[in-house]
Amino acid sequence: MSRVFTPKVITANDLLAGDVIYLTADDQWSRHHSQAELIEDEAHGQLRLLDAQRLKTVVGAYLAEARQGANGPEPVHFREAFRTRGPSNYPHGKQAGQSHV
Amino acid sequence: MYNYTAFDEAFVRNRTAQFAGQVERRISGALTEDEFRPLRLMNGVYLQLHAYMLRVAIPYGSLNPQKMRALAQIADSYDKGYGHFTTRQNIQFNWPSLTDIPKILSDLADVGMHAIQTSGNTVRNVTADHFAGAAADEIEDPRPVAELLRQWSTDHPEFQFLPRKFKIAITGAPNDRAVTRAHDIGLRMVRNAAGEPGFEVIVGGGLGRTPLVGTTVRDFLPKADLLPYVEAVLSVYNMLGRRDNKFKARIKITLHETGKAELSRLIEERFAELRPQFGGNDQALLTQIEAAFTTPVLRKADTAAYTAFYKADPVFRSWADTNLAAHKNPDYRIVTISLKKHGATPGDATSAQMRLIADLSERFGHSEIRISHEQNVILPHVHLSDLPSLHAALRGSGLETANVGLISDIIACPGMDYCALATARSIPVAQKIATRFDELKQEHEIGPLKIKISGCINACGHHHVGHIGILGLDRAGVENYQITLGGDGTETAVIGERAGPGFAYDEIVPAIERIIAAYLAQRRSPAETFLQAYRRLGLAPFKTALYPDEAKRDAA
Repeated sequence: MSRVFTPKVITANDLLAGDVIYLTADDQWSRHHSQAELIEDEAHGQLRLLDAQRLKTVVGAYLAEARQGANGPEPVHFREAFRTRGPSNYPHGKQAGQSHV
Repeated sequence: MYNYTAFDEAFVRNRTAQFAGQVERRISGALTEDEFRPLRLMNGVYLQLHAYMLRVAIPYGSLNPQKMRALAQIADSYDKGYGHFTTRQNIQFNWPSLTDIPKILSDLADVGMHAIQTSGNTVRNVTADHFAGAAADEIEDPRPVAELLRQWSTDHPEFQFLPRKFKIAITGAPNDRAVTRAHDIGLRMVRNAAGEPGFEVIVGGGLGRTPLVGTTVRDFLPKADLLPYVEAVLSVYNMLGRRDNKFKARIKITLHETGKAELSRLIEERFAELRPQFGGNDQALLTQIEAAFTTPVLRKADTAAYTAFYKADPVFRSWADTNLAAHKNPDYRIVTISLKKHGATPGDATSAQMRLIADLSERFGHSEIRISHEQNVILPHVHLSDLPSLHAALRGSGLETANVGLISDIIACPGMDYCALATARSIPVAQKIATRFDELKQEHEIGPLKIKISGCINACGHHHVGHIGILGLDRAGVENYQITLGGDGTETAVIGERAGPGFAYDEIVPAIERIIAAYLAQRRSPAETFLQAYRRLGLAPFKTALYPDEAKRDAA
């Protein structure tokens, strides 16, 4: 039996700032996980990843597990959750501009 | 303090310009990431979880006020106003943009600093006893030899593509404060029967996924033979070290697989070939370097003010009791400035704190500053009479914490708050433990205790040699923390024993509290340290304390 494909987003780091970025359905790179394209088909995911890895302006693109949430895709693993926010010892990174943190 | 020669200066400038060109080509798309990655790593540039990170070498942990101010300026201009001092005497900037890094490297070159070989499969920053040149127990200042090793290893053509990274630590004192037994090569200065200084050479120590205490391959190596001998060790490792498996590539595995006798034979054989090729230039260079590491002209002054303050001011007394160490001159002390304020990030210093340290080292410390692998700052030469003023100047800066060597003086790697390799967070665990024991007002009662925390198996937080070691792992998508007990990173080095199953993020502080309660209940007297009690009692009572349910079940 083939394993079940769980939904994913494509994420990477921006070449210049190093910031965490996510591939959107319209081929843009967003700094917000919730704007990522939630990929539910494995073949589609592989193709999208190949395209992303060819880009020269992003670094280290990979597929990260995600699930649909109220405001768009949400991370599943705690590592990906940290990447959406920033470090826990200072209000730096993405959380710096967010009022709800 | 060693100052760059024209040769050093030209080399570092040239490398900075070269890297600036590489960054430009990466940004233009002329270089792919696969092509660029090894180039950036050779210059200390990592891509971490949220941003780039630049790791700058602080060779043998020595800084002067000018360098410290340059680091503060970099923190303000290109980062978020702070830097993180690491367990290998480096400083890391966590937020630079790729475009700014060439400018940072140029600013560093202005003060004789660089980020070369702070990453990659090369000889890394050579670390040394942070009390070097000042300690009462020292045979000789090991830093000239460390500087010689830095110059020799920098861009050494034979050793730019080693099987894996290679770490060297050196100490000039019998009390090992440089964790030499957990390095690829550890050098401990000793004297032979004739009283001449030389080195015990320890090979194949290391932490990480296969923690091993190093093996002595030479009990006494004459000082003059050091460079050819180290080159022989590297040369043998470069040939034998496994390039087929990253996890078996360090020299500790080479030693384990080849055997001590055979590895020693190969090293000695290679040494016999190399020794005659060193015609004495290395020793001439060492003599020049040694001239840069003289002890400052120490003051003679009345020490009555110190004694009076010590008696009168309990806050000062508490700080003096924990943060001072013996200096070779009885009227001086080595001051450790704690970067471990309760609840703060271990090893972090703001730009304002860096500038204060620079100022204070000029006012009271003969303009010398050291960074310890324990992530604190040291003023190695402070006269007793200056200590009250120094302490007063530290108060209110966040640098006055009286906790050196105590439970809140925790080593922690950046963990999953920054590091791309981490499997769990370490910083908040350190913050919570320190805050908790500060609330309990117990830490002075507990006494000397080293907690070390790593956020992954690579063990940058040295957890294996912590009296209490904590290792953060990812267990089925949840942070989980394993505890090891009884580790020791000194001359009596021991790898800690794993206590049992790990603890969840919320359970780790209570688990540490149970260990401490067991220690306090079972120690013979307050003079018996945690490590001494552990060595006497073994793991069992601590295991019972850690896993009370299991203990109850066994008793039933």
